[in-house]
Amino acid sequence: MSTEQLIFERGAPGRRAATLPTLDIPEQPLDSLIPAAYLRAEPAPLPEVSEIEVVRHYTHLSQRNFGVDQGFYPLGSCTMKYNPKINEDMASLPGFARLHPLEHESMTQGALQLLYELEQYLAEISGMRRVTLQPAAGAHGEITGLMIIKAYHESRGEGHRNIVLIPDGAHGTNPASATLAGYTTVELRSDARGGVDVAHLEEVLAAHDGKIAALMMTNPNTLGLFDENIVEIARRVHEAGGQLYYDGANSNAILGITRAGDMGFDVVHFNLHKTCSTPHGGGGPGAGPVGVAEHLVPFLPGPLPAQTEDGYAWEDAGPLSIGRVRANCGNFLVLVRAYTYIRFNGPDGMRHVSESAVLNANYVMRALQADYDLPYDRECMHEFVFSANRQKKRGATALDIAKRLLDFGIHPPTIYFPLVVPEAMMIEPTETETRETLDTFIAVMRQIAQEAAERPELLLEAPHDTVVGRLDQTLAARKPDLRWHTQPVQTLA
Amino acid sequence: MSYVPNTAAEQQEMLRAVGVETIEDLLKPISPEVRLQRALALPKALPEPDLRRLMLRMSEENADLDHYASFLGAGSYEHIIPSVVPHLYKRSEFYTSYTPYQPEISQGMLQAIYEFQTMICQITGMDVANASMYDGSTAVVEAALLAVGPAGVGDVLVSRALDPQYRATLRTYAWARGFTYREIGLEDGATSLADLEAALTPQTKAVIIQQPNFFGVLEDGRAIERLTHKTSALYVVAITEPASLGVITAPGEYGADIVAGEGQSLGSPLGYGGPALGFFASRDQFVRRLPGRLVGKTVDDRGQEGYVLTLQTREQHIRRERATSNICTNQALLALATTIYLAALGKAGFRELGVQCLRKAHYAHDRIARIAGYRPLFTHPYFDEFAIATPLPPEQLNAALRERGIIGGYDLSADYPELGDAMLFAVTEARTREDIDALVEALEEIAGTANVN
Amino acid sequence: MANTDVPDDLKYADTHEWVRVQGDEATIGISEYAQDELGDVVYLDLPWDDAGQRELRIGDHFGDIESVKATSELFIPISGTLLRVNDALKAAPEQVNSDPYGAGWMLVVKLSDPAELAKLMDAAAYAKFLESEGH
Repeated sequence: MSTEQLIFERGAPGRRAATLPTLDIPEQPLDSLIPAAYLRAEPAPLPEVSEIEVVRHYTHLSQRNFGVDQGFYPLGSCTMKYNPKINEDMASLPGFARLHPLEHESMTQGALQLLYELEQYLAEISGMRRVTLQPAAGAHGEITGLMIIKAYHESRGEGHRNIVLIPDGAHGTNPASATLAGYTTVELRSDARGGVDVAHLEEVLAAHDGKIAALMMTNPNTLGLFDENIVEIARRVHEAGGQLYYDGANSNAILGITRAGDMGFDVVHFNLHKTCSTPHGGGGPGAGPVGVAEHLVPFLPGPLPAQTEDGYAWEDAGPLSIGRVRANCGNFLVLVRAYTYIRFNGPDGMRHVSESAVLNANYVMRALQADYDLPYDRECMHEFVFSANRQKKRGATALDIAKRLLDFGIHPPTIYFPLVVPEAMMIEPTETETRETLDTFIAVMRQIAQEAAERPELLLEAPHDTVVGRLDQTLAARKPDLRWHTQPVQTLA
Repeated sequence: MSYVPNTAAEQQEMLRAVGVETIEDLLKPISPEVRLQRALALPKALPEPDLRRLMLRMSEENADLDHYASFLGAGSYEHIIPSVVPHLYKRSEFYTSYTPYQPEISQGMLQAIYEFQTMICQITGMDVANASMYDGSTAVVEAALLAVGPAGVGDVLVSRALDPQYRATLRTYAWARGFTYREIGLEDGATSLADLEAALTPQTKAVIIQQPNFFGVLEDGRAIERLTHKTSALYVVAITEPASLGVITAPGEYGADIVAGEGQSLGSPLGYGGPALGFFASRDQFVRRLPGRLVGKTVDDRGQEGYVLTLQTREQHIRRERATSNICTNQALLALATTIYLAALGKAGFRELGVQCLRKAHYAHDRIARIAGYRPLFTHPYFDEFAIATPLPPEQLNAALRERGIIGGYDLSADYPELGDAMLFAVTEARTREDIDALVEALEEIAGTANVN
Repeated sequence: MANTDVPDDLKYADTHEWVRVQGDEATIGISEYAQDELGDVVYLDLPWDDAGQRELRIGDHFGDIESVKATSELFIPISGTLLRVNDALKAAPEQVNSDPYGAGWMLVVKLSDPAELAKLMDAAAYAKFLESEGH
């Protein structure tokens, strides 16, 4: 039996862990300070546990969780690279961690300098003019970028441009962000080589003449393929009056090799939790800075860090700015980690990251292409997509292969995405894996391919060795149980 | 310097295995016309010890709260974080994991988030809570987006006592999405009921207040609820100082439909404003319209209890252009920190936290109010923050306080020019009587010196 | 293989809803094929409280149906006044899977324009439609 009790089910009435400071001021009755009507009648029914119970409980939970530090994590599109330990130490320095966001500029010169320099590094890496560090995540960056584009069109009297083009392989956040920015989306088909179908693009541009606000795109795209027609695509969209938005989710492939700006993009967002090694934290926090070309600078959210004669300062946004997209300056401690990473790697190191990521992906792809269907057989960039079609015919799906990988202590690839490939398995090894790890993965994937052909039931029953087996998603969604409820009979007092 | 483990020789062998000569052969799809023909213009690489020295120096250019007694709040609050909290949430099994899409190997994070959802419900008095949002400001935006629904239109009424940065964020999203943002005026530092009543129409989709509000003032949550629910509008209560929930009535008790706010107070470092922790809770009836991730309890194929991400059809990766929120990455690690923090404080400790903040703030308030030239701006009850009319411009006062090792209150004059010279002081359990007395002495002295001049 | 049970006595829309006409009333649900494509239905958003007071026009969006991994919009295949909604599906959405042509019914409307029935497919045409769509 390996169910872990909830923290609420542990402890006993009267137990507690943390202590508060000794109250060193005169005590007056609470209701003499504020009217009783504002006072909470009953304390929140939080757990009553001792410190050792807190420690054991959350340590046990950590042991029921799998991270990059435990093993290989080739989760496509998520760039699960090693998270350097020095990044964590730097983000914990009191001068960064114990800093109030509204402190006077004179008291935060180090933080402002870091933000100012990081903005410059990111502008250089992406080929953009300026960068806002406010957005908290990739999707937050997307809507920020689209709002900048919207403000730009409005400033030119072209607020009627209401269509955002999105390739069929796009991340789900792209269309969702477009809708929230008040846009209508039109999907672009992929061509036989996995890129944007330029003929279809032309048709769509003609059909919506004068209405195109932007094209959102990743390059390399979600198939891990670099779109060779990017210059042509950029030219056509610009000629139609649209702006080009670069979804930076796949930037790990191109650092120092090419830049969104060099490809013709006007706006780009970063996922620093992918490209710049800041940890994913079990789902977050991330950081999604947005860079823009010169003509879009006036629309950036403010304030922006600036260097003045007296040191560093916050510079208010101008009248054309879209305004704030969140409180304060962004996920600062994530930005500290990204800054540390860039300074550690330097220009050559950053390029070496991408080259090695591309090599590792091609190495795995070529080693396994005899065992799994490869729908687009050409050089991949930092990731690639297999289809489990062949295995499915024998009865084991991409999901079953994913679950079988768990038995080998390997995190599965992203499955069933992108939507354009049936039974998709999207594999991104990243640059921080050793050749031995890649070879082990290759051997395991070959073994699973063989099992799928000979003993598919082994896959259907997987995983065999995890603390829980496959969970009933249907039950979870039909009868949502989203919180623990106090059992009235349970109190011992 | 590199985190790439494979040597140049190993990479050569790997290239041969791939069937090419050089890395360049793999980069062929990137045509020369888009290639960067030079090295990136970045500072040269630094080995770890050099980098550590550089970063330490930069961090020391900042006035951290280990060296200053701070009375600055205004949406971000210094509270004492017990050692047990960072020791546990910084375990790398948690922080190096991705979103728990593979539940069999993510039970730890999933269960912690289920506990987080429960605790947020317990402290807010609501039925259901999600797995976190970016920060308080964007959580409030999500509440407005839920209220205006898929059509994205209607009026959202916002108290002028909502954090100015939150209001700025709401205005940005209202413009982009296409709903109408309208402000409700104030009376004696609280939301004007008369203004609210006059502004409510059948087009009103949401009424958003903050509790305690930006001035630390406790709003009459029930009176606002009665007015709001005379229409079909949703009643949204924003919380930026959740330590208040230890002792102040929970919004669930006075009829809130949605509680959205900032959880930084509960176990996360200030971090110059981020990463912060947005939380979002609602009544049961909105469960299938909530933004963000939700963890649910279920059973596995062996009959054991376990946890999964659930009700995912609400989310962008399934609903795509029909989604009402685009959030994907959230703030899971901070949600974990808050869960551990609330477990460590527990039922009695969380109440004591609220009580201490309230008592210390009232002690400071009463002492400052007795200094000549300083006057409380409002008469309403307050929690751990209060506004004071000052005899000198706050900027001048704060500069003088800094010289004495004190970080003063928030200067209200830019956001609320109608208040004149006014400052917002926050006093939490982290301040000692000595800190407070030193502040009082300094305020008196600075004003006195200025009068002499 | 996709399930393609197509009863003879019903009419079908190309959005996979079926219609059963009895007198001037029509019962509406989704086809066996549609439920099979969706997978386990976990939730339905139907106009639960609108019976007796809502006019639906052919093609109107009247609700949503969700499985674990998909969500689909429901469109009314024929115009009419909403008479009844199948409240049992609130607690037991799985009836759409187990009995799509029976207990899984969703709405009953009073027909406002019976001539519209001619726009719908009969069983043979729908079966052919499923085939031609490569279903």
